[in-house]
Amino acid sequence: MDDSYCDGNALAGPLAEVFAVDMTAATGRCASCGQAGPVAALRVYDRAPGLVARCPSCLEVVLRVVRAPGGMWLDLTGAASLLIALPAG
Amino acid sequence: MAPRALAWRTAILAAHRDETPTAATLVLRVPGWSGHLAGQHVDVRLTAEDGYSTQRSYSLAAPADGELIELTVQQVAGGEVSPYLTEVLAPGDPVEIRGPVGGWFTWQPADTGAVQLVAGGSGIVPLMAMIRARQLAGSTAPFRLIYSVRSPGQLYYSAELGSLAARHDGLDISFAYTRAVPDGWPVPPHRLDAATISPAVWPAELAPACFACGPTAFVETVADILVSLGHHPGRVKTERFGPTGG
Amino acid sequence: MKLPPGQYLTEDFPVLSAGPTPRIPLEQWRFVITSESGQEHSWSWPEMLALPGEQPTADIHCVTKWSKLATSWRGVSVDTLLADVDTAADFALVHSYGGYTTNLPLADLLGGKAWVAYRYDGDDLAPEHGGPARLLVPHLYFWKSAKWVRGIRLLPQDQPGFWESLGYHNYGDPWREQRYQGD
Repeated sequence: MDDSYCDGNALAGPLAEVFAVDMTAATGRCASCGQAGPVAALRVYDRAPGLVARCPSCLEVVLRVVRAPGGMWLDLTGAASLLIALPAG
Repeated sequence: MAPRALAWRTAILAAHRDETPTAATLVLRVPGWSGHLAGQHVDVRLTAEDGYSTQRSYSLAAPADGELIELTVQQVAGGEVSPYLTEVLAPGDPVEIRGPVGGWFTWQPADTGAVQLVAGGSGIVPLMAMIRARQLAGSTAPFRLIYSVRSPGQLYYSAELGSLAARHDGLDISFAYTRAVPDGWPVPPHRLDAATISPAVWPAELAPACFACGPTAFVETVADILVSLGHHPGRVKTERFGPTGG
Repeated sequence: MKLPPGQYLTEDFPVLSAGPTPRIPLEQWRFVITSESGQEHSWSWPEMLALPGEQPTADIHCVTKWSKLATSWRGVSVDTLLADVDTAADFALVHSYGGYTTNLPLADLLGGKAWVAYRYDGDDLAPEHGGPARLLVPHLYFWKSAKWVRGIRLLPQDQPGFWESLGYHNYGDPWREQRYQGD
């Protein structure tokens, strides 16, 4: 079985460097197939020069992260939208 | 406190406790730690003298005790981080961590519904944090744990799990062995399958919050089985650690 | 023996990937060079294997800091593949099964510097290392040696590939330690 991936829980630390709220509980919609689900459930390939998060349904790229010396590169073009729950008020 | 982005900070090893011959619980003191949720994890970064750095994620194994947190680390042969943490890091030594992170694979005592936990190998760690949080809060939420390991010698927390189960206060535990079973075990070792899981899990009608954690292949199999038993996919939360031995 | 700056010698062959390993049946495999005019030159698997093969030995350097020395391959020189291609293009965008891309100047694919490699260390190239065939361009960081290669598009203008568009260096010379943009 091709199991050389983990899941979006692995994005929690890197994204916490940039976003003040937890992003793994956000609901993302795949720009390729329209499937929606928690970022934590994305299929994350982390044995790579960056983190590549793929839709668990169609396996297209939803999100990519590279931590370069000067900052973080974030490609969200594979996510049609992200819904991030925020506390009321 | 307003949410804010996280940076790396330095923790100090306070104590080291062997769980098995190849796994150890590290108790770290983290100045300013303001608590965490059961199921969350931290990232640990090691930097060599020549500047080479590498990082891994480890689940928090227990509720915070003030500034003290616990991680249980499995030694991976040839690994870049785990051999250092389990064999070299000594009390008083610093280690860089970032956390707590992860807001999805979590359980809080305010949740009173039934909970189904399924652990594969080191996947027990965040689920043990949930069990310990339940214990600390005096929660009576109905919990069932299925804990699958290769052999009895690989169990983490076995004494504690035994004494918790013996209290009969709503925590049921069953074990499954994939390579070697204890003496007198009624079945031979085998991979966790629907026939083993089905009698040991809460029925789907109870709509328990399910948490499955362990190597990727294990979690995929377990999640599929839970869904095939009628659990709604939206009620099955998963944390995949990657390929076995990675 | 000298390694490029910041690299560490490894004896194993780490497998890095941005996605699932593609499984391409050999009877469906094609390699296509598309020139800037749209003209296509393609080879099936038997056609690729029938071309003159070379057996380069190369040191390879991954941007994640591991280096492996004296790796041995068998493949077709990209010079051979480009021999009958009419082009004035300066740039190439390499495409892989599974969607991965990487870009480089056409000049870096010529002059005996690049191959479409289908054997590694005496065996058929394993899928996790890019089989049936991968690009091999060892003078640049190994992310340019695209696994599961399916073709090259020749372009008049440079177009950043998968990692080049997300912070990695556009060229990637290990000896000048060109890992990230701005290096």
